[in-house]
Amino acid sequence: MIVPLPVFVAIPLATAFLLPIFGKKGKSVATVLANLATISLLVLSVASVGQSRVYEIGKWSIPLGINLVLDGLSSLLLLAISVVSAAAMFFSVRYMEQYTAKSKYLSLFMLMVAGMNGVVLSGDIFNLFVFLEIASLASYALVAFGCGHEELEAAFKYMVLGSIGSIFILFAVALVYGNTGSLNMAYIGKAIQSAGLNKGLTFALGLFIVGFGLKAALMPFHAWLPDAHPSAPAPISAMLSGVIIKALGVYALARIVFNVFGVSIPIGWLLIALGLLSMVAGAFLAIGQWDLKRLLAYSSISQIGYVVLGIGLGGLIIAKDGNIAWASLAMLGGLFHLINHAVYKSLLFLTSGSIQMSTGTRQLKEMGGLAGKLPVTRASCTVASASIAGIPPFSGFWSKLILVIAAVQAHFYWIAAIIVFVSLCTLIMYLKVQRYVFLGELPENLQDIKEHRGSMLISMLLLTCLCVLMGLLLLVPALRESILEPAAKVLVDGVSYSANVIGM
Amino acid sequence: MLYALCFLLFMIGLYCAVVKKNMVKIVIGILVMEYAVNLFLIMLGYRSGGVAPIVDKSQMDLGTGQIAADFLSSSVDPLPQALVLTAIVISLGSLALMISLCIRTYEKYGTFDITQIRRLKG
Repeated sequence: MIVPLPVFVAIPLATAFLLPIFGKKGKSVATVLANLATISLLVLSVASVGQSRVYEIGKWSIPLGINLVLDGLSSLLLLAISVVSAAAMFFSVRYMEQYTAKSKYLSLFMLMVAGMNGVVLSGDIFNLFVFLEIASLASYALVAFGCGHEELEAAFKYMVLGSIGSIFILFAVALVYGNTGSLNMAYIGKAIQSAGLNKGLTFALGLFIVGFGLKAALMPFHAWLPDAHPSAPAPISAMLSGVIIKALGVYALARIVFNVFGVSIPIGWLLIALGLLSMVAGAFLAIGQWDLKRLLAYSSISQIGYVVLGIGLGGLIIAKDGNIAWASLAMLGGLFHLINHAVYKSLLFLTSGSIQMSTGTRQLKEMGGLAGKLPVTRASCTVASASIAGIPPFSGFWSKLILVIAAVQAHFYWIAAIIVFVSLCTLIMYLKVQRYVFLGELPENLQDIKEHRGSMLISMLLLTCLCVLMGLLLLVPALRESILEPAAKVLVDGVSYSANVIGM
Repeated sequence: MLYALCFLLFMIGLYCAVVKKNMVKIVIGILVMEYAVNLFLIMLGYRSGGVAPIVDKSQMDLGTGQIAADFLSSSVDPLPQALVLTAIVISLGSLALMISLCIRTYEKYGTFDITQIRRLKG
């Protein structure tokens, strides 16, 4: 089925502006509409898997007009965004009843989805910046949605760092326009290939890395994430950790670095260093946390490190003219980890929301023995923990295995060792979660809690099934060739992106 | 020279946003950064003594239907102006959100000093 590309932005955007009309009385209508929108986006993104084409907005041919590009990498991200947003939206049906102004929440949620879909489809760097701001502004407002002390503090911190990141990106866009005379990624790539990098463009590349690094919460730029992600309502934490940091940060970084500027050895090493730093420091900081959602947030930093490490390793191998097969294996591992992390980390945040709604606390020391009280939550949390720690046959194992194989084949034995070591740290932190939340003695004040039923359970169970089945994406050749390999190929092909887009 | 001054303005904004302790001053710092970038974009397209990039009949070469070469070499670039308009609208939106966050935070904590607004640690 040929899906017109603007639909991916138009559906959530139209829904977002339609929903506030319903106000308090039409809350259930608004909820149904929002769910229909996310589910139809899921169907459309599944239908457009494996396709690649260019859409010129308003029939203005490039480079005059703005174009949307769908290729392997975009459709992988679209799939991740629509899976996580459908699950989080369905979870919110029940969970967001605790808050007032539900239709405003739904509206901001759809705005965020529209922004992310726009970022992954855009083929024009200024358009990418605009969609990035739409998604970021919606997410700042959603972090502050509870309007409590902590929410406001976290949202301000997030907003200041996020705005600085956005301004860096805008500055870089201006520099790129000044140096190449184009805003279209394909034409910028062509200009850079023919003229090479001058000082202005190198500075712009640095600004892009800092700006997208801030959005992706890579290690030196991570300060906002451990505050912002726990403060948001649970479905929004799932969206923020699951897809926002990947769509706005890692995807955009990879697209600009690999497809527009072209990867070089220093950039490869820089990405590897950022990835390793985030992995190790995020894991160490996570182990020491006693707030459940804060622990999950630090673990997100650690896991995003794996993705950047995989992409950077592939880039380094390409820049050194190494074996392309190893490079694409590293990229495949990174991207597979990206989509795995989207599923299991959003599941973990949803279970934390279910626990918080039942017990009224997020502190690990105040919980215990919940296994009998919250059986479904417990089961899904255990599956997600096993996935993130990399226990076979769950999804996280396969992506980490690929990363280790790629690192060993490229003779980076120490990187493979660090990957395994951080994996052990991850296992420790999730054993801690299991031990303090579900095992041990039930405290007096939690004797008569019960699990919330309905939509929350269904969306957790759906994501749990996905966690178990994700390994099939790699093991079944047909699925791998239609989803993962085209995505890795986009990054491996690098700057020939521009020729592909102009030719399409 | 002008570009250096523009960059200086950007750095002043960044310094203000990073170092100041008052929430409103941080917001002002971010705005100064945004204005510096907007100024930079405008300067990219500017030409001293340039003309507005609007084509009318006098600039058309009537024989060939092409735009006259001296118009092309003297008109300013209109694209950065369009970009700046978009960027200004976006920064307006984010400014409104930032200020409303400041007001709500002031209502809760009774202060704008970020060293006293520290419930989240670790």
